[in-house]
Amino acid sequence: MEIHGSLNLIGYGLSAIGGGIGVGLVFAAFINGVARQPEAQRVLQPLAFMGLAFTEALAILGLVFAFVIGA
Amino acid sequence: MIALALQAAPQEGGFVPPAIEDLHLPDILPWGADYGTGFGKQMLLVLLSVALISWFLVAASRRRQLVPGKFQFLGEGSYNFVRNSIGKDLIGERDFKPFVPLLVTLFFFILVNNFFGSVPFIQLPTTSHVGTAYALAGIVYFYWIYLGIKTHGIGYFKVAVVPSGVPKAFLLPVVLIEIVSTFLVRPVTHSLRLFATMLSGHMIIALAASGSAFLLTQTSGLMPVLGVLTMAGGIGMFLFEVFIQLLQAYVFVLLTAVYIQGSISEAH
Repeated sequence: MEIHGSLNLIGYGLSAIGGGIGVGLVFAAFINGVARQPEAQRVLQPLAFMGLAFTEALAILGLVFAFVIGA
Repeated sequence: MIALALQAAPQEGGFVPPAIEDLHLPDILPWGADYGTGFGKQMLLVLLSVALISWFLVAASRRRQLVPGKFQFLGEGSYNFVRNSIGKDLIGERDFKPFVPLLVTLFFFILVNNFFGSVPFIQLPTTSHVGTAYALAGIVYFYWIYLGIKTHGIGYFKVAVVPSGVPKAFLLPVVLIEIVSTFLVRPVTHSLRLFATMLSGHMIIALAASGSAFLLTQTSGLMPVLGVLTMAGGIGMFLFEVFIQLLQAYVFVLLTAVYIQGSISEAH
């Protein structure tokens, strides 16, 4: 069997695992917080998106390196 | 883009997925092409977006009434959203006012340029070209460094990278990590987040379109049924992409506000 393609994409897939788990944790905590105290949503929402943005960084770096580093 | 997808579909058997080069059309005017920049579709769209935003904001605020009409409501609502829920909540009620113009400008510019990806016959988010994202994030990067130096003097760099309350033994690695994460990784992720999500969304739709075109026209038997499925999935992704475009404009402006707040606040 012959497999074509770039190993980089497997690396990107691996780096996306961490980001996926992290984003899941961030939003789980956000939903939990809002469920317990609905009036806190306005305060929590920017925080949740900020957490999303910081957590995503690793997955973004993975995507970029998958393209940048030669196939 | 359907035409693009058809073009990307293979001439002799075997499916060829669209590549990044297929998404960037050749320059309209090859002016300055020797230096790597012709006048391409993206530049035209950036100019169009500026015209559109100016028209929208001027038109929405021309006939102001106490009870706003639909158009005025849309303009005021989106302006208020950026001003209050991003600027006021994140930078703080005391000193958010000077930054509202920057935040509103960035929000509308990115929003319209992202939405170009979902407008039929245009179908190209300007921000899916990395140059746009670098320029936007570069402006923000130099602006918050400038603000930090203006607020704290040259000691801002110490404020930014030396956290308080860290034991002396750990200070060196912590400072190194802070330097890398604040001054190197931050602008890179700020720009690439916007660029990568726009490009990948665009690629997924192009892939679905070219895949459906291939399956529907070039295969026989039961395979065209799969083509209908990929087309349905493509439409689903298209709608999801509209949401992502709005979300990325929000996240970009939100992070801008966070960085500005970090450089004008008193302590780290």
